[in-house]
Amino acid sequence: VTVWLPTSIDEAVSALADPDAQVLAGGTDFLVEVNAGHRRPEVVVGLGRIRELQEWQRLGGWVRLGAAVTYTQMLQPDLAGLLPALAHAARTVGSPPIRNAGTIGGNLGTASPAGDTLPVLAALDAVVEVAGPEGVRDVVVEDFVTGPKRNALSPGELVTAVRLPVLRGPQEYRKVGVRNAMVIAVASLALAVDIEGRTVRCALGSVGPVPLRARAAESWLAERVDWERPAVTDAAAFGQFAALVAQVARPIDDHRSTADYRRHAVRVLAERAAARAFEPGATA
Amino acid sequence: VTPPYVLTVNGAEHHVTDAWLGENLLYVLRERLGLPGSKSGCEQGECGSCSVIVDGTLKCACLVLAASAVGSEITTVEGLQPSRGEFTEVQEAFIVEGAVQCGFCTPGLIVAIHDVLSRNPAPTDLELREAISGNLCRCTGYGRILAAAQAAAGAMARDREG
Repeated sequence: VTVWLPTSIDEAVSALADPDAQVLAGGTDFLVEVNAGHRRPEVVVGLGRIRELQEWQRLGGWVRLGAAVTYTQMLQPDLAGLLPALAHAARTVGSPPIRNAGTIGGNLGTASPAGDTLPVLAALDAVVEVAGPEGVRDVVVEDFVTGPKRNALSPGELVTAVRLPVLRGPQEYRKVGVRNAMVIAVASLALAVDIEGRTVRCALGSVGPVPLRARAAESWLAERVDWERPAVTDAAAFGQFAALVAQVARPIDDHRSTADYRRHAVRVLAERAAARAFEPGATA
Repeated sequence: VTPPYVLTVNGAEHHVTDAWLGENLLYVLRERLGLPGSKSGCEQGECGSCSVIVDGTLKCACLVLAASAVGSEITTVEGLQPSRGEFTEVQEAFIVEGAVQCGFCTPGLIVAIHDVLSRNPAPTDLELREAISGNLCRCTGYGRILAAAQAAAGAMARDREG
């Protein structure tokens, strides 16, 4: 085994030219596989020494997160205030030591259907920045996650950053699991209200092979919002919105839950998230 | 990184020889450096028994590639106390409050509670529960552990004042 600890993105890309090289980010997925004997790495490129990957900046109406920004960083008040749904999602990941290790780039690299940040990234139309031997490129998140544990990275590429819009309006992330801590989502949902753009954005996790946008439900609810206040006056609207959201789910039965329960759970999450987002005072 | 490599643990440099570079930090601490305080429970970050501090941050040692920790400051449960046989306020409180039964989870909990109290000297009950949410104890039901953490917070506050 060879372990490289590059200190710049360029050095990392050079090390990844080795076809046997595997990227090590926070280690919360990688080491589990190594410890269980399911992964036998030959060449490891650890990203922990690349300072620029650990930083985030506000760029006008966007936030740019380095790929090695951790869940704990997402919970810090300055960042959480700009990206509240991402902070909600980060809070549900693992436990404090897991949140200290796991990164947003790692969540994208693993591309698990249950990845907690992925519905948030999908709802916000996040852009993934990728570096590789051919240079850098942008990939919208819906094109980045291509299947369960599959992503659009080509050999030799790594995720370097994620760009997310800063929206004015309430945001929610909700998740069902067997307890509050240390839980992999059985179903999850991100919802964001964009008061300027007069849109509602909603994406689902753990109920399909990739994060799923509920676009028909989004526009149905947006048409029922009084955007001057903003408010939804028809109390029955949230239940109908939730039914439309649940139609998008493509869940499966597995060791964590059943398809039927997931479809039910995601509908409940949608109704609660929408009601919470539009409750009086939430949009002030 | 090529073997032998050097890890800085509890302020001392340790040479790691004859190691496979895919080893996790927990294995290296226990099996190569003679530091068995960190326990090996699940090896997947679920149980918290291997909690250590790496560069000031609480981590599960089983999820750290040991070779990637070259140049980092690692503190294990053995490094918390001033000298062998002397207890920290947290360790003392665990004894006084009866927070230890089988003891397997205890080192991880001691490290996690040191970590939270270093950042938040007067945590609420909910903050403490979240801080130890990654540490599984199958004996105590957590009540005495939480009592010990609060007792330690009180003792540390008195130390600072007095």
